[in-house]
Amino acid sequence: MIPSEKEMYSACEQKHGKEAQKAFSEATVAICGLGGLGSNVAVMLARAGIGKLILIDFDRVDITNLQRQQYKACQTGEYKADALKANLLEIAPYANYKTHTLRITEDNFYSLLSPADIIVEAFDNAEAKAMLVNNALEAFPEKYIVTASGMAGIASGNMIKTRKLTSKLYLCGDSVSGVEDGLGLYSARVAMCASHEALAVLRILIGEYEA
Amino acid sequence: MVKVNGESVNCGGQTAEQFLLEHGYDLKRVAVECNGEIVPKSQYSSYVFKDGDSVEVVRFVGGG
Repeated sequence: MIPSEKEMYSACEQKHGKEAQKAFSEATVAICGLGGLGSNVAVMLARAGIGKLILIDFDRVDITNLQRQQYKACQTGEYKADALKANLLEIAPYANYKTHTLRITEDNFYSLLSPADIIVEAFDNAEAKAMLVNNALEAFPEKYIVTASGMAGIASGNMIKTRKLTSKLYLCGDSVSGVEDGLGLYSARVAMCASHEALAVLRILIGEYEA
Repeated sequence: MVKVNGESVNCGGQTAEQFLLEHGYDLKRVAVECNGEIVPKSQYSSYVFKDGDSVEVVRFVGGG
């Protein structure tokens, strides 16, 4: 039996505290890219009771995504935004999910991300990451941006950190381990970086602004 | 001296673009902050670092 909205809210309140839960439930967070980072960030934020998630990815679920991304084998071939929304609705049925199956570009990022309080950059491509962070920092000086760089390979997870670079920009990852160096991607390490991103979002929402 | 990613670098008077190219950065894979403000990409060739500036260069690598 699925618990009621009130029951789920109250259970979150019990674990997070009343004030934090109010902040989480009133927040809108955009997740840009729904791969190893973004799909994991989305699951963590949905579980935390974030009120609205904007889920953006142009891609479909590929068999090579299943070892680290929050999709099921039976969802192979589906659009990631749709598949993730379906999974999130099973986890946290009362949140508001807005999906966009398209590529974020310099021309459309403004309208896509305007409704968000916090923007999570969760792309895999280095140039796309730089494009989004540069454009969002310039266009939305009032918004918080949480980005990630360096979570490939199987080096120690203790290298992965959150750093606060400016008053509004947080960078998660080890900053050096990229796929261009021939490194693979391991679920535990990518999810660790995703956890850093999700935690940065939750901390910002409760007014804890230190990294 | 300019503080770049926490280290003192003698690059006062250089433009952001000169600095980035000299240090091997790929201009398409970075974000540059100076004194807490983003340096717009369109200004890399005209934005000059001054002694005492505090600069952060974020170098993005692939994976996610």
